[in-house]
Amino acid sequence: MTNLKPPPEAAPAADPALDPALEGATAKAGWRSLLPTMTPWLAIGLVLIGGIALFGLLGPLFVGDPRQIRDIGLTGPSAAFPLGTTQTGQDVLAQLAFATRGSLEIGLLVGLLATALSAFFGIYGAYKGRIVDEAFSLFTNVFLVIPGLPLVIVISGFVPRESRGLWTIAVVLAVTSWAGSARVLRAQTLSVRNRDYVAASQVSGERPWRVIVVEILPNLLPVIASQFVFAVIAAILGEAGLAFIGLGASNSSTLGTMLFYAQNGFALSLGAWWWFIPPGLVIALFGMGLSLVNFSIDEVINPKLKNVRLHRRRARRAARLEREATRAARRGATTAKEAVR
Amino acid sequence: MTGVRVTDLVKDYTIRNGLKRTRHRAVDHVSLELTPGRTVALVGESGSGKSTIAKILTRMERPTSGTVEVRLDDGTPVTDQARYRREVQMVFQDPFASLNPFHSIEHHIARPLRIHKRTTTAEETRERVREMLERVNLTPAAAIAGRRPHELSGGQRQRVAIARALAPGASVLVADEPVSMLDVSIRLGVLNLLGRLQREDDLAVLYITHDLATARHFSDEITVLYRGRIVERGPADAVILDPHHEYTKLLAAAAPDPERVGAVRDAAPVDRDAIDSGRCYDHFAGEWREAGVPSANAGSAA
Repeated sequence: MTNLKPPPEAAPAADPALDPALEGATAKAGWRSLLPTMTPWLAIGLVLIGGIALFGLLGPLFVGDPRQIRDIGLTGPSAAFPLGTTQTGQDVLAQLAFATRGSLEIGLLVGLLATALSAFFGIYGAYKGRIVDEAFSLFTNVFLVIPGLPLVIVISGFVPRESRGLWTIAVVLAVTSWAGSARVLRAQTLSVRNRDYVAASQVSGERPWRVIVVEILPNLLPVIASQFVFAVIAAILGEAGLAFIGLGASNSSTLGTMLFYAQNGFALSLGAWWWFIPPGLVIALFGMGLSLVNFSIDEVINPKLKNVRLHRRRARRAARLEREATRAARRGATTAKEAVR
Repeated sequence: MTGVRVTDLVKDYTIRNGLKRTRHRAVDHVSLELTPGRTVALVGESGSGKSTIAKILTRMERPTSGTVEVRLDDGTPVTDQARYRREVQMVFQDPFASLNPFHSIEHHIARPLRIHKRTTTAEETRERVREMLERVNLTPAAAIAGRRPHELSGGQRQRVAIARALAPGASVLVADEPVSMLDVSIRLGVLNLLGRLQREDDLAVLYITHDLATARHFSDEITVLYRGRIVERGPADAVILDPHHEYTKLLAAAAPDPERVGAVRDAAPVDRDAIDSGRCYDHFAGEWREAGVPSANAGSAA
């Protein structure tokens, strides 16, 4: 009936219709657009995170008991103890392995808790709008202005040491760190919620939770991923800070508690670098790895950043080609001169 | 099939300015009737309340007062929300915004099918999605179904949007400027497609537009809206060829006409506030009526 034929570009695509594999490929391509482009920075970040995570995961299986006390206090790295011993003769490498595992556990736990809290208060409030949004915003703002670390110190100090476990610390850190992300998510949701495709799914009778989870949430995924990574960094650093001032979890050893004991054992003044540098380095490298990954996720959220990178790369290539061209021209000129001679 | 009767629809928006609150009446006592197989065009400038009426019809907004009554063939009114959603569907203006960039075309059409239980198994849904795509001339349907919105052109996307609107088995279609975002060259194709589907399914269509030319081409009846009030209504040709209200004349004169080059440019500027939105010319009755007041006998004489 219409005078429109199928578009010309669809004609060669007629074959893929019969090829289910190719169809699957397009569907996957959609998900792939959410993944950051592989860059050297992202590769370094992933290697750092992967390496440290693997060390925390598998390391404790291969080292001895980190608490075993020996009479060889404060010896430097040796074949038996690759990272030396502490003041009480405990194996630093073994401690480092268990501490890394503890820190990762806390980071992951807090990351998940904080992301869940911020997603709930940010997305649900913005979607419902009106009074719910107002209430959630107010609640978020209150948590936003609460000074994080002092509150954490007060709460951790208030909870008796015996019951101050991993979960307590994780909850305290999560509760003080979700508000900023919630505000960002609220802003994003307000923008997505007013798009026509959300209205269209409501008109077609989609239930509210499905509109949120299936229509809105996927468009927020890069933001949430970035916030999760950021929450993990903040949690590991926050926990290390708490543990360093002696308010950490009592039943687990983390990189922070290691630093705390190193400080108490005068590692710095005694020059026992093998005691405090490894945990510090692990924290720094893990934070660096997560940040590098985060920068790559930022490119997914804000494609302008990607263009900046591509432009820079193109400019570098152009400059290199120009240099080579001038060099070649100069060489050509000298050979020509020699030929004349 | 299903008909819609809109009676004395009023929509007020509250504008908060500091502590001061003012009321803006977007729609003022609008009455319309949509019958199966007929297209009613709603014409008016931006801000005249066209889209607000669409939102109220599709239950995205609640009217301040007035009623929207949807009746099935046998005369039973639709009260149930799910049933209402099934009967009344909408095609949005911007095909680039009305499809979720994250999901495949298949998802967009499969969801309404599943929500309204038109299909039960995954296999059946797949089959039905392809049928729907073929109905709106998107072939090869199997290849299109797996694609995502950004891989399609504007016209193709709008066809997907039409297929989605028809997927629940709708019998009332609200088309909110369905071709205004498309290239001129493909507008006619999409309009003809809508026309064909309307004949096939005996749809009642409310065609919202600001373009008098397509309104005349595509619809049986034209209703002109100005500042939330109906100022003229009648058969499409009568309204276009014999406009009575000043505002309709203004609209008709604003359309470029190759016969009268420079007519718009040379026309004297019109004082907008002098246009009387208080009366409405009804071509069916052949008389002037008062606009913006409760109607004695609602709806047109169609």
